[in-house]
Parts: sequence; structure tokens; C-alpha cells
Amino acid sequence: MADLRLPGTLTPLFPGLPRHVEIEAVNVLGAIDELEQRWPGLRDRLVAEGPALRSHIHVYVDGERAGLETPVAERSRLDVIAAISGG
Amino acid sequence: MPNTLLTVATRKGTFLLESDDRRDWRLRGPYCEGWPVYHAIYDPTTGEIYAAAASEWHGTTVFRSGDLGETWEQSSEGLSYGDEDGRRISKASTLARAGDRLLVGVEAPGIFESRDNGETWSLLSTLSGQHGSEEWDDPASQPPGHLGISGFVTDPDDSDSFFAIVQGIGAFETEDGGSSWTPRNKGLRRDWPADYEDVGFCVHKLVRSSDPQRMYQQNHVGMHRSDDAGQTWTEITEGLPGDFGFAAAVHPHDRDTFYVIPVDGGHGRTMHEGKATVWRTRDAGSSWQPMRQGLPQENAHLGVLRQGMTIDSHDVPGVYFGSSTGQVFASIDEGDTWSEIASYLPSISSVDVAVID
Repeated sequence: MADLRLPGTLTPLFPGLPRHVEIEAVNVLGAIDELEQRWPGLRDRLVAEGPALRSHIHVYVDGERAGLETPVAERSRLDVIAAISGG
Repeated sequence: MPNTLLTVATRKGTFLLESDDRRDWRLRGPYCEGWPVYHAIYDPTTGEIYAAAASEWHGTTVFRSGDLGETWEQSSEGLSYGDEDGRRISKASTLARAGDRLLVGVEAPGIFESRDNGETWSLLSTLSGQHGSEEWDDPASQPPGHLGISGFVTDPDDSDSFFAIVQGIGAFETEDGGSSWTPRNKGLRRDWPADYEDVGFCVHKLVRSSDPQRMYQQNHVGMHRSDDAGQTWTEITEGLPGDFGFAAAVHPHDRDTFYVIPVDGGHGRTMHEGKATVWRTRDAGSSWQPMRQGLPQENAHLGVLRQGMTIDSHDVPGVYFGSSTGQVFASIDEGDTWSEIASYLPSISSVDVAVID
């Protein structure tokens, strides 16, 4: 199972959503779709039309900047980051 | 339960102001998790509050609360042009109830509807085929841009009949629930060249009076009045300090009384001379009077956006506006005197009012 970390900005929107989720997926989009199954509506908060990651959402797989197609290994760590922006 | 409820959308969430007597106000919030909220309304049909929001991080959604703000949910299910379309939704700008439809206007220009009170959404219309739509339908013109659906005027007696404003293009009316549209811009002023006679106008705010034939609008260049339900327009700017503004509200019981807030039409877009002023006409725009008592008159560089002023339905109606500097001002004597009922809020996008029985 991959180890996925979510930004704190999501947890108020989805009751019961933890910051830390164990997930099984072949790539980043698969991981997000798995989240969608458990917390309907969550995909929309991370993925825009295209599909593409929202411009201020960054995903890292094992410390490397990733896209939706980036593979996820059995023991990968995924960090979903709400980029520092705004004011 | 409060008698009067104000829903205040701000750059950092939704706030609620409630009062039993319109003198003492209680402030609650922020709600919607600090998202930029562009329009928040209380829907008397369902008793729900809806808030149209768009975050740089998490996209566009509509929040809803069925218990006057105690708890909130959000959904953008169906609020998309799809992966293949090329158009993108950068913002939900405005909300309105039209019968069993909840409407949301978005940028890039489109109208989505919800038939289940905000749980799911579907595309109702992009006004495709109207003059000007070739520009807003072009993916190359997609946000971040300047075009969107910025306002609705609905008909309480006919849910299939409503107006929609396309920013920078004009006002359009449908009488068949969004299947077909007619431009309603005849007689409006524009000070720029345009490709078409019937569109290319910059309608900021459109309101309908208690007499459905009588409408008003604040335009990019001038105040206008219609006496034939939007078929034709006549300019009524004379007597105002400028022709530019966003906010406007019409008296709920008197079709000739109307309020506007002119602002500097340059890039400042704050009230003229640093004096906070609401202008009122009692004669349908033949003459205008400045309403200043109780409003700051020195170094008051307030802006008010298109959804930023509203008026309640009490016998003696209250008028309210929210500023770019985070104040909410109220008048319970039809604009003669004002008081500041909230301060230090984030920059305000909209103020809506409901009288709750």
C-alpha cells in the first residue's frame, strides 16, 4: 500500500477524511480516483478538466514532482501539497 | 429565528448578519472554510443558503447550508464543461433561484442548473450561437479572462423566464428555460466600436422593480431604465457624479425609487472624492439625491461590487451594502441615514438579504 498525505485544506470539506491515507493505485490519477470512491467529490478538488492537476496542487511521488500519470509503487509515498500562493 | 438575515460573501469566506429589529446585528462566520466566495444567497424556497466559491487550489464549487450556517456541504458534481470541451470553469460568479432550478453562472460563460438544491449540476446553456459567443466559446479565450455570466434576473411567476448577463457582451433573456435567448440591449450606450448592433455592451447590474415592466441597470457607461421589461433602454445618468458603477438596488414597493453607488470608472473604482455616498432617485431617474448621513465622508475610498448592494422587503425597506474594505452599512429609513453594522471583514463580494417569517 502506498502512503498518501493530503493537505489540511481538504479535511474540512470531507467529513472523516484523514490527512494520511493508505492507498493502492498504479499511478497518481488512480490514487486520486481511489480517494474519490471513498470521499465523493474529492477528485474535483484536486483535478481540473483535461484531466490535469489543478495548477496550485502539486503532487510528489517519493520526493519527485509528479503528474497524473506518474507511476506509484507498492510502498511509494505520495505528498499532495496545496502550493504556497495567494494572500 | 432572526427576522432579517444578511448573507455576506467575502474574499475569505461567507459571513452572516442577523437581526430581529435591524438595529442590533449579530455576526457569524467565516463559513465556507475561508474560500473566496463571489455570491452568497438565502433561498426562501428551500430555506438554504448557497455560496458560489472558487479557490486557486481547489477549483470551483457551490457551498450550501440548510440550517442557517450551522453546517455546510459543497458540491461541484457536474459543474464542468468536461475533459474534451476545451472550456474551463475558473469561477462561479452568481446564483439565483428560478422555480425548481438553482442557477449558477460561471466563467467561462455558461449557466449550470441544479434540480436537487445544489447536490448535482448540469449545463443548462452557454448561449451558444448568440452574437459574441464565437469569442467566449473559443478555448483560446478561456480564463483567466474577463468573460463570465455575472448576474441573473429571474421571474417569480415564470421559472422559464429569466435574464442573464454576459460580461462585456450584454443582457440576454430567455422565455423557455434557457433553450433560446434574445439580446436585450436596445438603446444602451456604448463608447467603443462593436462588431454587432445587438451585443457588445457592458452591463454591470440588472434589476427588476415590483412592476415587471420597469427595470434598471448600471452599465459600464451610464445608468439606464427600461419601461418595457428590458425591450428598450433609456439613459438616466444625468445628475449622478459619474456614469460608472456596479451596485444597484430597486425599492421593493415603489418602481420609481432606485439606488446606485457610482464609483470612479478608472482603475481605482472607489467612491468619488473619498466620500461614501449612495445615490437615490424617487422619480425613476429624472433626479438624483446623494445619501451620505452616517457614511464616512473623508478619505473613504470604498469600492462596492455588482452584487454588493441589496434591499429588503420590509414595509419600510432596509438598504445594505458591503465594501471592498470589509464594512457593511445599513439604512432602515430608505437611505436617509446609515450605520455601519459590520467592520473589518475581508473584502466583500456580495450582500444578499432575506426577511424570514
